[in-house]
Amino acid sequence: MLKVKDLKVNYGGIEAVKGISFEVPEKSIVTLIGANGAGKSTTLRSIVSLVKPASGTIEFMGENITGKDTNEIVAKGITLVPEGRKIFPDLTVLENLKIGAYMRKDNLTDDLNWVYDLFPRLKERHWQPGGTLSGGEQQMLAVARALMSRPKLIMMDEPSLGLAPLIVKGIFDIIKEINRQGVTILLIEQNANMALRTADVGYVMETGSITMTGTGAELLVNEQVRAAYLGK
Amino acid sequence: MGKKRNMILGALLLLAAILAIVILEKQLPPTHIALMVLKKGCIYSLVAVSMNLLNGFTGLFSLGQAGFMLVGAYAYAVLTIPVEARGSVYMYFDGGIINFSVPMLVGLLASGLAALLFAWLIGLPVLRLKSDYLAIATLGFAEIIRAFFQWDKLGVITNGSNMLRKYPTFNSTLFPFIASAICIGIIVLMIHSSYGRAFRAIRDDEVAAEAMGINLAKHKRMSFCVSSFFAGIGGGLLAMYQGSIQAAAFKSAMTYEILLIVVIGGLGSVTGSCIASFLFIASSEWWLRFLDSEMTIGSFKVPFLRAGFRKVVFSVIIMLIVLFARKGIMGDHEFSIDGICRFFRNLGKKKEVKS
Repeated sequence: MLKVKDLKVNYGGIEAVKGISFEVPEKSIVTLIGANGAGKSTTLRSIVSLVKPASGTIEFMGENITGKDTNEIVAKGITLVPEGRKIFPDLTVLENLKIGAYMRKDNLTDDLNWVYDLFPRLKERHWQPGGTLSGGEQQMLAVARALMSRPKLIMMDEPSLGLAPLIVKGIFDIIKEINRQGVTILLIEQNANMALRTADVGYVMETGSITMTGTGAELLVNEQVRAAYLGK
Repeated sequence: MGKKRNMILGALLLLAAILAIVILEKQLPPTHIALMVLKKGCIYSLVAVSMNLLNGFTGLFSLGQAGFMLVGAYAYAVLTIPVEARGSVYMYFDGGIINFSVPMLVGLLASGLAALLFAWLIGLPVLRLKSDYLAIATLGFAEIIRAFFQWDKLGVITNGSNMLRKYPTFNSTLFPFIASAICIGIIVLMIHSSYGRAFRAIRDDEVAAEAMGINLAKHKRMSFCVSSFFAGIGGGLLAMYQGSIQAAAFKSAMTYEILLIVVIGGLGSVTGSCIASFLFIASSEWWLRFLDSEMTIGSFKVPFLRAGFRKVVFSVIIMLIVLFARKGIMGDHEFSIDGICRFFRNLGKKKEVKS
């Protein structure tokens, strides 16, 4: 579904991504794991054109989308849940959700019901400003907001960042549920354990390059991965 | 019950306001200060709300409002001066080169469109800037445009640094009231549309807004142009209110006055801007006037009171607001009928508890 080939991205004068290639098959969960500064976020940001790649191609559903405008890419069905949630603090929960569907002009009732089913908590709080929600609720809102654009591929940048373990588990349950309903997921995480347990395919990124590939289960038992990322 | 009741109450309030204006006009002499304050307050409300759309709702800190008002005021005046009066107005430029004039309302629309055109043009480069830099660039635009309109070579159109006058004006306070109300109504509709939501999303977080597929450049320019359009109409109305205009009067001090109104009223509150406009105009033109004239009570001469003291008191008030009420009168809330109803209901409840 998504094919990235030889992607290079310069970010603030340094080569943050040094020619990586990977694929995200339809209806799968793919994860990129790696330490801080490995270039994971930059990769995601360049897929939706928030930063322009220096070279390489990004193909989505057989179409070259490299360097297209962000709004076009969103309209094609890729949404990014940004790192650190980035919900709109002064907009109500409902308004946040409506912004998520900004690229669509059709009726939103079904989609609102869909995300309210996934996140009942948001329904209770639909009138509250986003900034008054707790961290976990804000992450739910960020995911729900992204879902409102009816994406084919949803990319999540560290959804577990700064959340309590119990809430992290909840978020990952939701990720699996969204995937079960047919949405393809590209996930980047520092919480390698959780991410690999959830993912079908995993890629390990180190300082701008992909160093290892395998199914989630394979990587979980890989000695190097265990030593570097799982603390064993 | 909510919506229907609010509509009825809102319409009643509007009617009451119109009625009040009509009665005031009947009772007071036409040059009474209260009427002047009402007229200017209406115009400033419109300009403040237009500035709030940009600064409060879209988060673009622009200081070009006086420039756009100037463009609007000139567009209105230049286009509506009657042909037979042009000879005397443009006496140094052989009657100017424009030998037609348009009706009042067309002129007013043209004032908005002229400001919009300028906004669109300077928006292309300027809106790439952020926060302080945008403020500096727009402030620079306003200063340049003021000098530009006084340029001798443009005198055949703008009358150089001379006054423009003899264009049609309004007598009734109802005219600026209704014109401003319609314009503010349009802005409010816009704020509550999906565009308005996108503006506020950009204000809250540009990166996230972009990631949601909102085209930043397009929406910023739209907000800038709409804001300038209504500032232009405000300028046109101000020209009508003053009866004569001169580019030299549209100084950056005017922008600061409006910015002050927006901040006092509350960034992101339309009703706040309106309330603050009337308060600001009333205090600066009327209620604080006594501070400027010397006063003696018996044989005691009240200290400090002399010409200019009003400005000192004003500055102190502003400092107090900035220090203790940073969010302004309304914060980012709106003055609503629901709010008033809730207030009275709560008042009723408290009384019950007491008794």
